[in-house]
Amino acid sequence: MLTVENTLKWLELFDAKIQAEKDYLSELDTPIGDGDHGNNMSRGLLAVHDALTKQQPTDVQGILKTTAMMLISKVGGASGPLYGTAFLEMAKLSSTTLEVGPLLAAGLEGIQKRGHAQVGEKTLIDVWAPVVKAVEDGTLDVAAIEAAVESTKDMQATKGRASYVGERSIGHVDPGAASSGYLFTTMLMAGVLS
Amino acid sequence: MSEYGVVIVSHVPEIAAGVARLIKEVAADVSVTTAGGTDEGGIGTSAMKIQSAFEANAGQELLAFYDLGSAKMNLELAQELTDKTVHLYDVALIEGCYTAAALLQAGTDLAAIEAQLAPLKIK
Repeated sequence: MLTVENTLKWLELFDAKIQAEKDYLSELDTPIGDGDHGNNMSRGLLAVHDALTKQQPTDVQGILKTTAMMLISKVGGASGPLYGTAFLEMAKLSSTTLEVGPLLAAGLEGIQKRGHAQVGEKTLIDVWAPVVKAVEDGTLDVAAIEAAVESTKDMQATKGRASYVGERSIGHVDPGAASSGYLFTTMLMAGVLS
Repeated sequence: MSEYGVVIVSHVPEIAAGVARLIKEVAADVSVTTAGGTDEGGIGTSAMKIQSAFEANAGQELLAFYDLGSAKMNLELAQELTDKTVHLYDVALIEGCYTAAALLQAGTDLAAIEAQLAPLKIK
């Protein structure tokens, strides 16, 4: 269940992970995209960190909403509206429930609505969908997250920037899937599920 | 001034401004606003910038055109944040915009404009 404490801790860990892996994420984005995913996410998470420090929201909904608005306005590439919509949908639902399963499911639905993508199209959905299911089944662990990220390697992109390179997208992990992997491993580290 | 307006969204500020300049040639009386690049002026699009372009437009009903994929996502986000009616077209940016603006200038109704935009659909 999300609390103010573990949600703030989660976002703090996610921010630190993104800053640490910034160059790797941009590198993943170079052969099949425009090489900016790491920088975009880094800028977005820095803005999230600053806004949370300044505004000090006192409830989970406030934290999720602030995060959404910062990601929407600061990230730039496609990941801004996608991650931003995910957090916005989670924020909306958080007035009804703070259970992680339904919240992440609402986030996934938001991403699908925004990106018009389905499972198997080499996007962050290929990490979100199995993670949502594993949370519901009570089986989510780091290995499951990493397997989902790796599964995008052999897929061919049909959505997003990577689709412009067609078959050449095969053999690379999707950058959005990689950053989503960090989102969920840091969620586990923050103890949100325990 | 028509009740309709045109909004141009591009990843690059100069592209948005350039297309606006071009269509003003055929649509001097149509309100045209643009949202090009990120908030910092870099390459990308911004839902906030698009929302500002919606609000700054004199039209109450807007016809919006964009260049690449993520511009559409931000357009749809901005669409949810504004009170104005926004129609989004998946058509070739320059041709679509030019067609719509020229027809608006001539006082053509929306249904007829949309019929002319249909064959320009590319995505």
